[in-house]
Amino acid sequence: MKYDIILAGVGGQGVLSVSAIIASSAMKEGLYVKQSEVHGMSQRGGAVLANLRLADAPIASDLIPLGSAALILSMEPLESLRYLAYLSPEGALVTSTNPVVNIPDYPDLEGLLGHVRTLPQSRLVDGENLARAAGSARATNMVMVGAASHRLPVKVETLEHYIQTTFAAKGEKVVETNLRAFRAGREAAA
Amino acid sequence: MTDMVLLGDEAVAVGAVHAGLTAAYAYPGTPSTEILEYLVRYQKKHGGPHAAWCANEKTAYEEALGVSFAGRRAMTSMKHVGLNVAADPFMNSAIVSINGGLVVVVADDPGMHSSQNEQDTRYYADFARIVCLEPANQQEAYDMTREAFDLSERFKIPVLIRLVTRLAHSRAAVRVRDARPQNPVRKPPVASSWILLPANARRQWHDLLGRQPQFVEWSESGEFNRLRLNEERRNLGVITTGIARNYYVESLDELGYQPSHLHIGAYPVPVELVRRLLGHVSRVLVLEEGYPFVERMLRGIVAPDIEVLGKESGAVPPDGELTPDIVRRAMGLRDRRGQEIPGLSLPNRPPQLCTGCPHADSFDAVKQAIAGFESAVVTSDIGCYTLGALPPYSAVESCVCMGASVGMAKGASEAGLKPALAMIGDSTFLHSGVAPLMDAVAANTDMTLLILDNETTAMTGGQPTILPPSRIGKLVLGLGVDPAHCHVITAHHRHTEGNRKLIRKEVEYPGLSVIIAVRECVETLKTKKKAS
Ligand SMILES: Cc1ncc(C[n+]2csc(CCOP(=O)(O)OP(=O)(O)O)c2C)c(N)n1
Ligand code: SF4
Repeated sequence: MKYDIILAGVGGQGVLSVSAIIASSAMKEGLYVKQSEVHGMSQRGGAVLANLRLADAPIASDLIPLGSAALILSMEPLESLRYLAYLSPEGALVTSTNPVVNIPDYPDLEGLLGHVRTLPQSRLVDGENLARAAGSARATNMVMVGAASHRLPVKVETLEHYIQTTFAAKGEKVVETNLRAFRAGREAAA
Repeated sequence: MTDMVLLGDEAVAVGAVHAGLTAAYAYPGTPSTEILEYLVRYQKKHGGPHAAWCANEKTAYEEALGVSFAGRRAMTSMKHVGLNVAADPFMNSAIVSINGGLVVVVADDPGMHSSQNEQDTRYYADFARIVCLEPANQQEAYDMTREAFDLSERFKIPVLIRLVTRLAHSRAAVRVRDARPQNPVRKPPVASSWILLPANARRQWHDLLGRQPQFVEWSESGEFNRLRLNEERRNLGVITTGIARNYYVESLDELGYQPSHLHIGAYPVPVELVRRLLGHVSRVLVLEEGYPFVERMLRGIVAPDIEVLGKESGAVPPDGELTPDIVRRAMGLRDRRGQEIPGLSLPNRPPQLCTGCPHADSFDAVKQAIAGFESAVVTSDIGCYTLGALPPYSAVESCVCMGASVGMAKGASEAGLKPALAMIGDSTFLHSGVAPLMDAVAANTDMTLLILDNETTAMTGGQPTILPPSRIGKLVLGLGVDPAHCHVITAHHRHTEGNRKLIRKEVEYPGLSVIIAVRECVETLKTKKKAS
């Protein structure tokens, strides 16, 4: 089994936390994991990309080859379309519909969402509203983990466990908000 | 033995601790920063080994060298261009007889994700005639770091570890072993081997050259360089170095057979293994991250009698970083296709200054202050503020290397571009801006230096600057800058009008002025608030 995930978003959206939670869960369940991150210059409000590779045998490359990702999971609609060349013909795209407009030439949002809908397997989720309802717009990234959870090769309980441990230091309330966000995302994409 | 999940950078840090590290020194730089960050956290938690940020890579290197002199194990880590700054101690420390193990970790950035160039550090190891290790994965980063300390003491040379971005910033499980204790303090047994007066230096250099065959023999017989010959098929041999092996292995199944393969993880190049491979095949493909270092050796000046494929033949692009897909193509496999929406073109999303960044307010004030001058020049430097070169600011005209803004403004002014204004960050100023400012003081150059003091090294994630902000003004005055032309201002849009006037007045003054624009980076401010 091989499961390659492209994680996309804008600097500051919590792409690396998403990557860490899925990676820890996969490792807990005995899978091999490679998790390639972007640090440095591009984190400053620019496009952020992480490569996450899960497999039941050792993984050689830290980078995902073209056409082989099973999933693109994006925190932002424009960013979700940037890495299509990596998505395998059977692969799925799951993205939040909420744009981060910090460039002057941001395209028409309806047009972007329309493009996403033309893909063979895609899922649009209003991450920000669901996160707000769960207690904080900052939990949008956990909504998106929930929305992707049906497709990930790891158990829901394991993901929830690592959401708990990730946010434990920030207190019970933050943990609860993020768990609620995760479940809301899971339900929305059921 | 236990498993830890580590970045390539962190695997180096843990490897060093387990090798009996006594002290580590560094100046931040992507993609090497996380090595010392890990060690700083480790020291806080466990009380040691000593881990310290330094003014620049040269001072970091020399402090590590002092630890080695004392017989204990030391590490210094930096990004590739950092070794240019530390080149002087690096080249000369290759000649002394290293006492306690000295490991120099240099992280290259092929593809220039966060750098001004993509220089290949393996040339430096060759230049200094020392040993270099190039891990291919996180496990090797750990194992090789441990080994590097032993090698350094065995061969009495600094040992270089070359990382690249994709390993430095990728995480995987690493199996770690028991830690070795630190060395006791013990001065070098032969004092003259550390005093590079010409007579001693000649002897030491001669001795280092004499030991080269020993290094090659080690590299040929060691576990890091492995040759596997395919007795049946002689049509292709492959040489991989470092992480290029991962991309090769990724697609190997599809090739349908296993070509003869030499993997190089340790330098000097294992000459005998290369000869055996080349004698066995009719064509060789060289896959290496960075410059065509091994490939050019194979080609030499007299053409070898077999075909060499690589960056110089066009089989692999000459610049940028390798990817699994570039390597597939070089292996003769067909390209893989993903999904596509015909006609879709997306705008780029370049990095930008955070909302509320103090630099933005400085750019506004400077742009207004120099408006109307015919031949003004604004040189700049490296840091978050380099983004001032992009719209909407388009406020600066140069970014070359750490500290260059100061010397370049001096030169440009002396050549006739006036007013000349240099913009430099506080950390960059303390790294390499002080010496050129001394030149400007000595010459009373007609130029203005604007030090952007956001109280941190923001670009690389908010490491502390080596002097607290309040000391920069005193330092500048101590160099002899006229107090009447040295000012501290607040970089805030509430003050833009006053700042504009002051900058205007100082650029019009026909001598040296220094203005320190102070306001804390909003990111570090946020992090501090969260922590408290
Ligand atoms: C020789 C060298 N060392 C390190 C770096 C990496 N680097 C680039 S900018 C920078 C620090 C910038 O800090 P500062 O000047 O305070 O500006 P800020 O980012 O805080 O605005 C560092 C460490 C480099 N490019 N070259
Ligand atoms: S990190 Fe700090 S210095 Fe860098 S852009 Fe953001 S506010 Fe400005």
